[in-house]
Amino acid sequence: MGLSSLLSARRPPYCEREGRTGEGDAVDAVVIETLEPLVAELRAGGYAVVGPVVRERVIRFEEIASADRLARGWTDVQEPGRYRLTEGAGEMIFSFAASPDSAKAYTQPPRQTLFRMRGEQIEEAEEDAPRVALLGLRACDLAAIAVQDRVFLGGRHPDPAYLRRRRALLLIAVNCAVPGGTCFCVSMHTGPRATTGFDLALTELAAPHRFVVETGSERGERIAAALPHRPASAEDLAASAEVSRNAAEHMGRHVETEGIQERLSAHDSPRWAQVGARCLTCTNCTMVCPTCFCSTVEDATSFTDGTAERIERWDSCFTLDFSEVNGTPVRGSNAGRYRQWLTHKFSTWIDQFGMSGCVGCGRCITWCPVGIDVTEELANLP
Amino acid sequence: MTGGPHPMTPAPYRVRSRRPDRADTVTLTLEPVRGDCPPFWPGQFTMLYAPGVGEIAVSISGRARSGGYTQTIRAVGAVSAALCGKRPGDVVGLRGPYGQGWSLRAAAGLDVVVVAGGLGLAPLRPVVRALLRDRPGYGRISVIAGSRAPGLLLYSRDLACWARQGADVRVTVDHPDHAWRGPVGLVTHLIDRIVFEPRRTYAFVCGPEVMMRTAAAELVRRGVAPGRVELSLERNMKCAVARCGHCQFGPLFVCEDGPVLRYDRVAPMLAVPEL
Amino acid sequence: MPRLAVWKFASCDGCQLTFLDCEDELLSVAARVEIAYFLEASSVLGPGPYDLSLVEGSITTPEDLERIRHVRRVSKRLVTIGACATAGGIQALRDFADVKEFAAVVYARPDYIATLDRSTPIAAHVPVDFELRGCPPDKHQLLEVISAFLAGRRPVVPAHSVCVECKARGNACVMVAHGTPCLGPVTQAGCGALCPTFNRGCYGCFGPMESPNHASLNHWMRGLGMSTPELVRIYRTYHATAEPFRRAAEDAQEFEEGEE
Repeated sequence: MGLSSLLSARRPPYCEREGRTGEGDAVDAVVIETLEPLVAELRAGGYAVVGPVVRERVIRFEEIASADRLARGWTDVQEPGRYRLTEGAGEMIFSFAASPDSAKAYTQPPRQTLFRMRGEQIEEAEEDAPRVALLGLRACDLAAIAVQDRVFLGGRHPDPAYLRRRRALLLIAVNCAVPGGTCFCVSMHTGPRATTGFDLALTELAAPHRFVVETGSERGERIAAALPHRPASAEDLAASAEVSRNAAEHMGRHVETEGIQERLSAHDSPRWAQVGARCLTCTNCTMVCPTCFCSTVEDATSFTDGTAERIERWDSCFTLDFSEVNGTPVRGSNAGRYRQWLTHKFSTWIDQFGMSGCVGCGRCITWCPVGIDVTEELANLP
Repeated sequence: MTGGPHPMTPAPYRVRSRRPDRADTVTLTLEPVRGDCPPFWPGQFTMLYAPGVGEIAVSISGRARSGGYTQTIRAVGAVSAALCGKRPGDVVGLRGPYGQGWSLRAAAGLDVVVVAGGLGLAPLRPVVRALLRDRPGYGRISVIAGSRAPGLLLYSRDLACWARQGADVRVTVDHPDHAWRGPVGLVTHLIDRIVFEPRRTYAFVCGPEVMMRTAAAELVRRGVAPGRVELSLERNMKCAVARCGHCQFGPLFVCEDGPVLRYDRVAPMLAVPEL
Repeated sequence: MPRLAVWKFASCDGCQLTFLDCEDELLSVAARVEIAYFLEASSVLGPGPYDLSLVEGSITTPEDLERIRHVRRVSKRLVTIGACATAGGIQALRDFADVKEFAAVVYARPDYIATLDRSTPIAAHVPVDFELRGCPPDKHQLLEVISAFLAGRRPVVPAHSVCVECKARGNACVMVAHGTPCLGPVTQAGCGALCPTFNRGCYGCFGPMESPNHASLNHWMRGLGMSTPELVRIYRTYHATAEPFRRAAEDAQEFEEGEE
């Protein structure tokens, strides 16, 4: 069983999967010529549309009022510790790979208030979960959302706030055409084609410029039906499939997942000290990772009225506080902390959640300030 | 499904009584402001919240006659000091109970050795009480308790009571005073002095990690099966519900898979530095 | 009501201004504590003892040495605020030069100048209960420290890198995206990643983070085109004599010598 089927098999039951149960129910793929009607339809439906734009020479996910704002014509060059945008993709909108932004900021906000306590009264903060349509997620991003669903909803203590945020998200995937230099979704069996976990999935095609639209939920079907469209022809579908086939052949990186848990049990390998000497313990890899879920809490009392408040915020296994017991960190060395992260991500995550913690997006490689490459570190283990 | 409260939201509990155990340690009895205390299994813990100051994991050391939890807290940081400073009537937050407790059922019919170092006696207290409540259900029952100094010994009245109820209770200290007539040194040394049938023995061990490792190794050396020795591990527990990641120990979330874990499972991991 | 004092040693007064900058919150603070000694804000000088003393500035004169001992004696809790009080500050650059020579060049009558050879942090002379970093400190962190001391809890002032705040704030790494050298990975958080938010590299105002790896960062920044003098200079600013930054600059110099 491949990882993607494992993901769908473990999908929590709340996801909108009705309507795709039998083959006869599936709405055939359609073709749309521009994204303007889609953005307008979503906004009319009460969604804030968040999609890829260029800001400060980086593809970022921001709220857009119109499809004109999307990052048309840009492509990226990604390598360990280096990210550059270049022009030259012409009319194509999605000719770049993973942005530093994933869906994580929407599923698990960097900072959220949990509850307030005054006297005997404890009140949950119940922060708003505004409706957001994420436009332009990649297959790896969808896989990451499935991983987070498992962590926050699939255990013994499901998180109602996560569920509220998650239900408010509409997921519109784009099938990757141009993988980045640090991508390895094929190795992790999460891409490059989006097969599950989306409301809509687009494949951008050239000459003439158009999008093949597949639906993955009833919500998605209603939206697709409202757009000016025509049925997808056999040529459209073949071209769409070819985009993914071509992308799969151009992965920038590779990870051998066979026997990976065994290799990561080499706790005493000299490689850990070597990578520990390079690692800054700065936490960038964990912050950009779309699945890293670790958090910590901050407690305080309001200066003005004495109300006690607890805040939960992103944390990282690279900080010393993370493993502190009685004033001493369990993992004091850089090597120990790096080993914990890599081992958790690729090995013990499988023990804990029945799936890998890595989706192969390559963000940790690109956004490591000193270019540490997880695929290289894994390859160098015995 | 997830219509219930957030897993990080505590319930208000009132301090019903407060008993100082030593200079830096108190035992609080806590009762819910509304409703009943959920049942607990010996070895489980709760997350105690000192409003506005912070939250820590504290093991449950018993149930008071009134129905509340008794929990023993040593003031080592700001949160534990704030909790130790609470007075009857004060309200704190409480989540839980959480975690896997001691496998009392697995010890049925066997000799039982309980080894505690310092505050490690707190989560073992409900174990000893349960064993003695069902005295005929077990073989010999031995309790070894270690403490840094005679004045720092916990639950001395309980220890005396357990001895009267038929347990072989031994106490050792690291630093004796003039009045001390008992054994001096590590709890491990006392394992040699007590009587048990190693092949028919189950052991419950709690204390500082180094002490647990040596005690478990000693029990195994005496012939106790590693699968019949249980330890209660301590890691940085922030959430207690396997969502914050802090307490990971290899593949385990100590908060949910532990804190009580079998020695045969954790011995290889305890040998790995910084795991 | 707890009594608060604010003391000044060799400094620019910027840290005290941070305190005054907490305009909205200052009234709440004033309602919870008696600000008994604060020259910058008031002419009323209440006598000691004080429950909490905030100390700004470094020790640079023989008179400072006497006065800080007095401050310690009259203070239940002593918290240093800012880079000068916590690490010696910019004036610690004198450690790398000859102070007598400086005085001779600057002053007409250098013999009127009584100054120590080195600028040292408060903790080098008296026990300190907490050191708040930053040049200047962040006003939210300053309020957090006061609030925490009043509540008897540990201040939430994490010692991890600036990068944690930078990414939580939604920034893309300026070093990766633009090739801009940045001290964020070796610098303690607290400023809210101010400079990277405006596309500049971090200057290290909050001093070394909990486990700084300057060797790896220097290696990478050389690859981005930084020269040895540039590397030495970025570490020798606000925390020049904080041990990890002192070593970072020295290692950069030694690297150069090793190359020759």
